[in-house]
Amino acid sequence: MKKLLAIILAVLTLASLCACGGSGNTIKIGVYEPQSGSNGAGGKQEILGMQYANSVTPEIEIDGKTYKIKLVISDNESSNDKAVSAASKLVSENCAVVLGSYGSGVSIAGSDTFANAGIPVIGVTCTNPQVTEGNSHYFRICFLDPFQGTVLANFAKDELNAKKAYCLGQLGNDYDIGLINYFKQAAEKLGMDVITAEFPENNNDFVSYLTNAKNAGADVIFAPCSTNYAQLIIEQAAAQGITMPLLAGDTWDSNQILAAAEGKNINIYVSTFYAEGGDVNFEKGFRDFINSNSVNKQNNGGNDIIAAVSVMGYDAYYTALAAIKNAGSVKAGDVLKALPSTTYTGVTGKIAFNSIGDAARDTAYIKKANTGTGLWDFVKVQTIN
Amino acid sequence: MSDFIQANLPYLLAGISVGGQYALIAIGYTMVYGILRLINFAHGDVFMAAGLIMVFASASLPMYISIPLVIIVTVLLGFMIERVAYKPLRSAPRMSVMISAIGVSYLIQNCALYFTGGLPRVFPAIPWLSDSVNIFGAVTKSVTVITPIITIALVVALVLFIKKTKVGMAMRAVSRDFQTSQLMGIKIDNVISMTFIIGCFLAAVGALLYFSNYQSVIPTSGAMPGLKAFVAAVFGGIGSIPGAVIGAFLIGIVENIIKGVGWTTFSDAFTFVLLVVILMVKPTGIFGEKKTDKV
Repeated sequence: MKKLLAIILAVLTLASLCACGGSGNTIKIGVYEPQSGSNGAGGKQEILGMQYANSVTPEIEIDGKTYKIKLVISDNESSNDKAVSAASKLVSENCAVVLGSYGSGVSIAGSDTFANAGIPVIGVTCTNPQVTEGNSHYFRICFLDPFQGTVLANFAKDELNAKKAYCLGQLGNDYDIGLINYFKQAAEKLGMDVITAEFPENNNDFVSYLTNAKNAGADVIFAPCSTNYAQLIIEQAAAQGITMPLLAGDTWDSNQILAAAEGKNINIYVSTFYAEGGDVNFEKGFRDFINSNSVNKQNNGGNDIIAAVSVMGYDAYYTALAAIKNAGSVKAGDVLKALPSTTYTGVTGKIAFNSIGDAARDTAYIKKANTGTGLWDFVKVQTIN
Repeated sequence: MSDFIQANLPYLLAGISVGGQYALIAIGYTMVYGILRLINFAHGDVFMAAGLIMVFASASLPMYISIPLVIIVTVLLGFMIERVAYKPLRSAPRMSVMISAIGVSYLIQNCALYFTGGLPRVFPAIPWLSDSVNIFGAVTKSVTVITPIITIALVVALVLFIKKTKVGMAMRAVSRDFQTSQLMGIKIDNVISMTFIIGCFLAAVGALLYFSNYQSVIPTSGAMPGLKAFVAAVFGGIGSIPGAVIGAFLIGIVENIIKGVGWTTFSDAFTFVLLVVILMVKPTGIFGEKKTDKV
């Protein structure tokens, strides 16, 4: 028995060794995204955008030589303590450039690993300012939380006529707490009252928080937390008969939210990067890509609704290609040097980096969950007054 | 006055209901400890597994088949865990069994991760249980009201079972003295299996109630309720069934009151501070036996 086990183990080890080793004309793009944990659903949708882009443009020509592009996907499990090992995996695979991550906390946690290896990273939907601040290797193609927080505060004031907002975020989560902070600053400037509350990780019971919000007389609940918790909050708010609007940032732009809200008497508004209908050709191609493969469809939440993060993932892939072309090299160091001067006009608009490494973005789209059809209804384009 | 009740009743209702669900898990901890002197760390994960089995079962089967199926499969799972991971270690040092329990816990979590693909699964709405009801102006789900009733009914049945039946007597004997009861002709393997079966049955019922309230199952869903139920079991005196139930209700209610007062950040801290305090002041818990064994 023991001998048999030993033989099996030995064979497995050999097999895993054989799996290593690459071929000549390949360039690797790392995908640093959560595929499990509280942001797993969003991460998977972001990857889908990149995979679609990869299926459309699987090769790149540099100096007359054609390189095959391979996406190397590493799961950071939505967890700050898994971030470093997930990032190290991409470093050891010698990726020329890395895309990701969904969730600012993991992006910040993995940042140093990439910096030490000299690999540039293009943040896709990590909106916390700290991701790109104080470093030269992290870039970003989406808007930032100070902008998003202000947009949401303006929206709450102008459209929802809110006088008092109850903010709910996960304790110690950089994204939640950061966005709530910026929302609070902007909302107080607009003359609103803001109450903040935090819930611990793995919390399931939001009834007390919702009752607190109700008893405090809040007009709107701002809860920019992970979709896992969002699902529970929506469900429990509906069961408690809470009808005040729920407001959230880009994380809530997910099929999971739509599924949770469907058929319930609840108002959900989110701000996001892209509104469906922006680019018909892209959407048709992407839908076909999702529907062509059952795994893709499952990763998209079982339907073909296009999430803004997928579109951002798609644009991030092409931004990376533009940078590689601009560098004229497949080496991480050259790509890093070429990135600041790289520009690209994608589905979500023009992308050009400023001195910090952030793309200039001045528009956010507000959408409302339609609980009847299970789709997003476009509300308005919100800018800062 | 009625405004006050309307504003604060939801906290109390949520507390009682979550307390009842903790109680159903806590009994599993306390019974296994009472008999094997083992803290079954995998119990919280069995609870999560029950929720997950329900998600998958209800996807293709009608409710009246999937609910009994969940209970049967969960009981089988608990039985298997005991036979595979604990029974071969019966004569090994207690520490080895504990480590085996931790291993099983991670195994279940990782299997769940594999089957769910890391995404949260939405627990199905069980008819009637998931409907909203109005109690004195506070809107809540009917599961909130039904949980304490089911919990108390099951606990009474369990106490009667232990006090009145032959198997129950055997259980009491084994928990008093392992070796002597063996000498007296009690088949301890059967008694231990029975303990796991009862514990897992209650965990499955608890899972059905808990996830009807909080409709999302992830691989770590069992961790927090499991830990809190464990604290409840220690609080009530580990090994004592009424103690575990009272401890669980107390933790559930106080936790929600703390959240209601506005100290939301500290609601979990309270539970674990309570554990520390109990271990310092009265290590045997409220209803615990005098003599305790070190684990």
